[in-house]
Amino acid sequence: MVVKRVLGVLGLLAAMAGFGIAAPAQAQKVIGVPHDWQLNFPPPYTPIMERVESLHDLLLVIITLICVFVLLLLVYAVWRFHAGRNPTPTTVTHNTLLEIAWTIIPILILVVIAIPSFRLLYYSDKATDAALTVKVTGHQWYWSYNYPDQGDFTIESRMLSEADRAKTKPQVPRLLAVDEEMVIPANTVVRIIGTAEGGSMHGWTVPGFGIKKTVIPGRLNEGWISVKEEGLYFGQCSQICGQNHSFMPIGIRVVSKADFDKWVADKKKAAGLAPATDVASATAPANR
Amino acid sequence: MATAHGAAHDHHAHGHDDHTPTGIKRWLYSTNHKDIGTMYLVFSIFAALIGAGFSVYMRLELMQPGVQYFNGADGTPDGHFWNTVVTAHGLIMVFFVVMPGLIGGFGNWFVPLMIGAPDMAFPRMNNISFWLLPPAFILLLMSALIGGGVGTGWTIYPPLTINQGAGMDLAIFSLHIAGASSILGAINFITTILNMRAPGMTLHRMPLFAWSVLVTAFLLLLALPVLAGAITMLLTDRNFGTSFFKAEGGGDPTLFLNLFWFFGHPEVYIMILPAFGIISHIISTFARKPIFGYLGMAYAMVAIGVVGFVVWAHHMYTVGMDVDTRAYFVAATMVIAVPTGVKIFSWIATMWGGSIRLTIPMLWAIGFIFLFTVGGVTGVVLANAGVDYSLHNTYYVIAHFHYVLSLGAVFGMFAGFYYWIGKMSGRQYPEWAAQVHFWVTFVAVNLTFFPMHFSGLAGMPRHYVDYPDAMAHWNYLSSIGAFLSFGSTIFWLIFVVFGTLLFGRKVGANYWGEGATTLEWTVSSPPPYHTFEELPHISPTAHH
Repeated sequence: MVVKRVLGVLGLLAAMAGFGIAAPAQAQKVIGVPHDWQLNFPPPYTPIMERVESLHDLLLVIITLICVFVLLLLVYAVWRFHAGRNPTPTTVTHNTLLEIAWTIIPILILVVIAIPSFRLLYYSDKATDAALTVKVTGHQWYWSYNYPDQGDFTIESRMLSEADRAKTKPQVPRLLAVDEEMVIPANTVVRIIGTAEGGSMHGWTVPGFGIKKTVIPGRLNEGWISVKEEGLYFGQCSQICGQNHSFMPIGIRVVSKADFDKWVADKKKAAGLAPATDVASATAPANR
Repeated sequence: MATAHGAAHDHHAHGHDDHTPTGIKRWLYSTNHKDIGTMYLVFSIFAALIGAGFSVYMRLELMQPGVQYFNGADGTPDGHFWNTVVTAHGLIMVFFVVMPGLIGGFGNWFVPLMIGAPDMAFPRMNNISFWLLPPAFILLLMSALIGGGVGTGWTIYPPLTINQGAGMDLAIFSLHIAGASSILGAINFITTILNMRAPGMTLHRMPLFAWSVLVTAFLLLLALPVLAGAITMLLTDRNFGTSFFKAEGGGDPTLFLNLFWFFGHPEVYIMILPAFGIISHIISTFARKPIFGYLGMAYAMVAIGVVGFVVWAHHMYTVGMDVDTRAYFVAATMVIAVPTGVKIFSWIATMWGGSIRLTIPMLWAIGFIFLFTVGGVTGVVLANAGVDYSLHNTYYVIAHFHYVLSLGAVFGMFAGFYYWIGKMSGRQYPEWAAQVHFWVTFVAVNLTFFPMHFSGLAGMPRHYVDYPDAMAHWNYLSSIGAFLSFGSTIFWLIFVVFGTLLFGRKVGANYWGEGATTLEWTVSSPPPYHTFEELPHISPTAHH
C-alpha cells in the first residue's frame, strides 16, 4: 500500500516535471473515488447530496428497525410456539384492532418518509438561478461537454488507456481517468443539460453529487450541481450502452473561479483556431 | 382451508388409469394438468441451470478487477459479449424459470386440485401454452448466438435495441411467443378458477394459492399485450422503417420505456404473487392453524395487483419526467408497502399461537418472509426519487431485486417444491440432503447479494464487465456466494430431486397431517391420473 502510494507520488512528480503546463491539473486533489470496503454513500459533495444522505440516514434507521422487528417476531414465534412447547394451536384467525394497526402504522411511517422525500425531490429538480450551463452529450463511447455561456466551445472526454493513465494521471484509479475532465468552478450552481447522440442512451452521474441523468437521443434532461470543494471527481456511465459501457467514465475537475476563467480562455483560443470536435476526434485515443 | 366430503376418489380413478396414455401421446399431446405441470417444472429447472450457469460465468469475471474471461479475439474486453450474457441471464430467469415454475408448474398442478376441479378449463390450450415455451426458449438462446447476440439488458431499451444485430429479432420473436404462451395460460387459469370451483367453494373460501394465481393471471392478461405491442413497434422500427422510438424520425425512446415498464412492473408481481400463495399454505400447515386474516390476505394481493399497474415510472425517475409526475409515482409506489406489510404481519400472526413444526418447507417459508422483508424495505428506499438518483442502475438495485426475486420468488419455488414433492411424486425428500440444501443456500445467497448493497451505495453501476479496484472486496464475496449457491443447486438436483424420485420413502395422501387442509391432501400421493371425477362438496362451515 505504502509502496504504491510512494510510487504514485513519484509518478505524479515525474508527470509534473514532464508536462509543465499540465501541472495544475495533475496537482488537483482526487476526491470523488470509491474506497476499499466502502459501506455507504461517499461524503456529500453537493447541497443536494447532503439532503439525499440525511434522508437516506433516516430511511436506513427505519428499514433496519423494521427488519430487526420482523426478525425478532419470527424468532420469538418459532421459539415460543414450537410444537414441543405449544402442542395445541389456538384458533384465533382474526383480530380487527391488530389488522387496523398494521395497516395504519405503516401508513404513518410512510408519511414520515414522504414529507422529506418530496422536499428533496423538488429541491433537486431544477436550478433556480444557475451561473452557467454545461450541455452534456453521451456518445458511443465517450462524453462531450459544451459550454454555451462561455463562447459555445465543446470538449470531448474519453477514458485513458491503462498505459496512458499510469503515465499521465497515476493518482486516478484505473478505469476512471479521462483525457479531458469537464471543468466547473467550485461553489457555483451549474445547470446540467443532458442528451445523447447516436445509437444508445447513457447515464451521466457522479456518486456523491446526488444527480443521475439518463441522457437520451432527441431529448433534453435537466438537473443541477454545485460542488463545494475543489478537486477531481469521477463517475461512470450508468445506462447500458453497448460494447464500451464499462469504459466511458465521467471525470469532473472542480477549480477556483479564477482557474475556471483561465481554462475557459484557453479553450476558447483553441476553439478559435479549429473546431474542438475535429481536433479531438482526429487525435482521439483508443476507447480503452 | 376447506374440508371435502365424499372425497374417496381413488377407486374411480383406478379404472381410468388403464387408459393413461404413454410416451409421446402422454407428454407431447398432453391435456392433463398434472402432466403439463410436471413438464413446466422440468422445463423451469432446465432453464434455471442455464440461467444460473450464466450468472456463475458473470461472477467468475467479476470476482477480480480487470477482465479475465470476457476478452475478445484481440485480447481487449468484449463488453458486448458481457452484455449478451447479462441479457440472457435476465430474460431466462424471468420468462423461462420463475414464470413457468411458479405459474405453469405449481399453478397447473395445484390450482385444479385445490379448487376441486377435474382439470383446467381448456386442456388443449393448456397443452399449447406449454409447448410454445420450448421454441421461445430456443429462439432466445439462438438470439445470443446470432448476429453478435443481444447485449441490451432485459429491459431492451431503444435506441440500443434498434441497432443490434439480427439476434434482436429472434429475441423479440421469442418474447412474443413466450408472451402468447403466458396469455393463453392466464385465460385458462381465469376461466378455470371462476367457473370450475367445486360446489360450495365460493371465492371467499378459495385457497390463497388459487387466489394468488387468479390475481397473477389478470396481471398477465393486462400487462403482456402491452409488451407485445411495444416489442412489435420495436420490430417495425428495426426492419420496416417506422420511427416509434427513433428520435431522428420524430419518435421517442421514452415511449418504449413507459410501455415496457407498464408491463415490467406488473411482471415483478407476476413473479412474486404465486410465491405469496405458496408461503401462506406452508405457514398455515406447519403452524397447524388456519391463515390469519384470510380476507385481508386475499385482498392484499388484489390491491398489490391493482396498484402495481400505476407505479411503473418509478423505474425511470432519471429520464427527465415532469417533477410532479415523479412525485405522484413516489407516492403511489410507497402505497404498495402497505398491503405487502399486511401480508408479512399476517404470516407472522398465523405462526403466533400456532404449533410450529420446523420442516424443510417451513424453513424456506420463514426464510422467505425475512428475506422478502429485507428486499421490500430497500424497495421503499428506492421509491424515493431523490434518493433513487444516487442508486438507480447501481448494484443497490441489483441487491434489491435479487432479494425480492432470487431470495423471494426462488425461495417460494423451493418451498413449494419441498411442500408438494411428496404429493407430486408419491415419495418424500431425504431430510438430511434437504437440510444441507436449505442452510447452504440460505448462507450463500445472502453472501452473494448483501454485499451488493454496499458496492451499490459506493456507486458501482450495473452491466459492468470491469470495475475500479476499490470495489474488489465486495465483488469477491459476492462471487464466492454465487459459486456456493450454484453448488447447492447442483447438490439439490442430485441428492434431493433424484434422491427423492429414486429412493424416497413412499407417502400417503396427507403426509403433513392435521395442518394441511386444502383439497390436494384428500387425494392419493401421487394423485390418480384423473382426479375429482365426482366433485367434492365444500361444507359451508369450513373455516379458512
